[in-house]
Amino acid sequence: MRYYMKKIISLIMVLFLIMLLTFIAFQVIPGDSAASRLGVDAEPEAVEALRESLGLNKSLPERFFSFLGGAVRGDFGNSYQYSRPVREMLAARLPVTVGLAVISILMIVVLSVPLGLLCSRKEGGVADRVITMVTQTLMAVPAFFLGIVITLIFGLALKWFVPGAYVAPEEDFGGFLRYMIFPAVAIAVPKIAMTVKFLKTSVLRELKLDYVRTARSKGNSERAILWKHVLKNALIPVITFMGMVIADVLAGSIVVEKVFNLPGVGRLLITAISNRDYPVVEAGVVYIASVVLIVNFIVDLLYQKVDPRVRIK
Amino acid sequence: MEGKMQNLDMKHRRRQSNTKNVSLTIGIVLVSVVLFFVVVGLFWTPYEPTAMSAALKNKPPSLLHPFGTDNMGRDVLSRVMDGAGTTFIISIVTVAIGLAAGTLIGAFTGYYGGIVDEILMRLNDTLTSFPSILLALVFVSIIGTGKYNIILVLGIIFIPSFARVVRSEYIVQKELDYVRNAKLLGAGDLRIMFVHILPNTKPILLSAITIGLNNAILAEAGMSYLSLGVQPPDASLGRMLSEAQTYLLNAPWLALAPGLMIVFTVLGFSMISENIQK
Repeated sequence: MRYYMKKIISLIMVLFLIMLLTFIAFQVIPGDSAASRLGVDAEPEAVEALRESLGLNKSLPERFFSFLGGAVRGDFGNSYQYSRPVREMLAARLPVTVGLAVISILMIVVLSVPLGLLCSRKEGGVADRVITMVTQTLMAVPAFFLGIVITLIFGLALKWFVPGAYVAPEEDFGGFLRYMIFPAVAIAVPKIAMTVKFLKTSVLRELKLDYVRTARSKGNSERAILWKHVLKNALIPVITFMGMVIADVLAGSIVVEKVFNLPGVGRLLITAISNRDYPVVEAGVVYIASVVLIVNFIVDLLYQKVDPRVRIK
Repeated sequence: MEGKMQNLDMKHRRRQSNTKNVSLTIGIVLVSVVLFFVVVGLFWTPYEPTAMSAALKNKPPSLLHPFGTDNMGRDVLSRVMDGAGTTFIISIVTVAIGLAAGTLIGAFTGYYGGIVDEILMRLNDTLTSFPSILLALVFVSIIGTGKYNIILVLGIIFIPSFARVVRSEYIVQKELDYVRNAKLLGAGDLRIMFVHILPNTKPILLSAITIGLNNAILAEAGMSYLSLGVQPPDASLGRMLSEAQTYLLNAPWLALAPGLMIVFTVLGFSMISENIQK
């Protein structure tokens, strides 16, 4: 119980820290955002009125706590650019990014485990060498270039999908899934390569341990040893690794959304940065940072569930 | 039986060292080819990278233009050489900033430990749990885009990873006999840290540098692809990819040339760094 309490308190503290840093970061930007929005020859009264309505004339701590209170309720104020609540804009984009992440992560999990085991069953064998070579090459391909190659091959040459023609899930869910598979592959493939490599190292380390020899001498088949005994232990470090992969998938989606013209949170963030639409940038950063932290938190909990040794520390 | 086992073992080892040499060789060849293009590109390119020509719009690869021409009739090979140069210079300076600051921080925190070490490492853990591109986006939205800003931003983001590697090496090394001996001989802390210990971190630093270069190249390409890095008229590999996407149907070579350049570089460095690590 104390372990959980400690974890929850540290999660809340880090979240608070992220909000504080994000807030401070966007306060140190030179120039007054009210003045810059109205242009250089705006009336001083107009600037003052806008500062008033944006709450910019309050003291820094006051503004921080109103920002914090808003952020907790998911309210980040209005977009400078579109004068719409940031919450609405973010909510409209969320299904795309979440959908993309979920499909990619499913692909990673489903494909990495069998490939990783196939590699480690015969170290130095043909399957191992081929997969090792392919994974090493794929790890060097940035997701956005892979996305462009996928567009070129499957979109333009084979015509399996129309590049840039995103289908909203409300309109046609099947069409949405069919379109999303391609960006998801672009994100998933380099990560699958990394996970396979990581899992292989982990399995090979386990195979050298005594319990494997015991299991073998009891007459278990190699397949049973691998799937029933080794995999369970070999997956423990992979759980932590997956936490990192999920964070990377979210980051990758920022770039891949542009390649496939997806209206997701990443695109929103990039446009907002170019337009200096700070409330939207703040919201996007806080959102992605919170997801990363919460994923890491869940990974920690899972980790101590499967490996009780960490609880003692 | 014993001899047979040994024989098998030798065979296994020979095979391992063979594959090791092969991948190291491929890595060195890839990096040399890329470096050759980059270094030559600093002094000479077949055509002026910015020279436009209405007659040569989106021409496929030919003998005169091995990588074809782009939508403004510019020679793609010249632009890739020029752009790769920009990407490389940015990456090298970035890694240099991260390496210098990271080594200093890592050396002091690893050698002295204590509360400052504790705080810095907690901060380090928090920072490294975030994808670097997210941190880069936050920094860029504050200080703005452009070649110099992107170097500064990426350099700062790379400090924690170098600091961590150096720190853990210092923690191991400071307990070793040669450090104790140096202390007995009356060497000062600074002398021990930078004259005695630092040279022994070379193998680890080398592999950290190659990995760092890769990450820097990927980060610069990603940021420039999002139009948040290098700005025109400067060419960089990421920038070229983003411009090429519009003409993917008519001129796929525009995207393939800079993209493959990135892949070869990253693959080359990762093969080299893997062999250094072993």
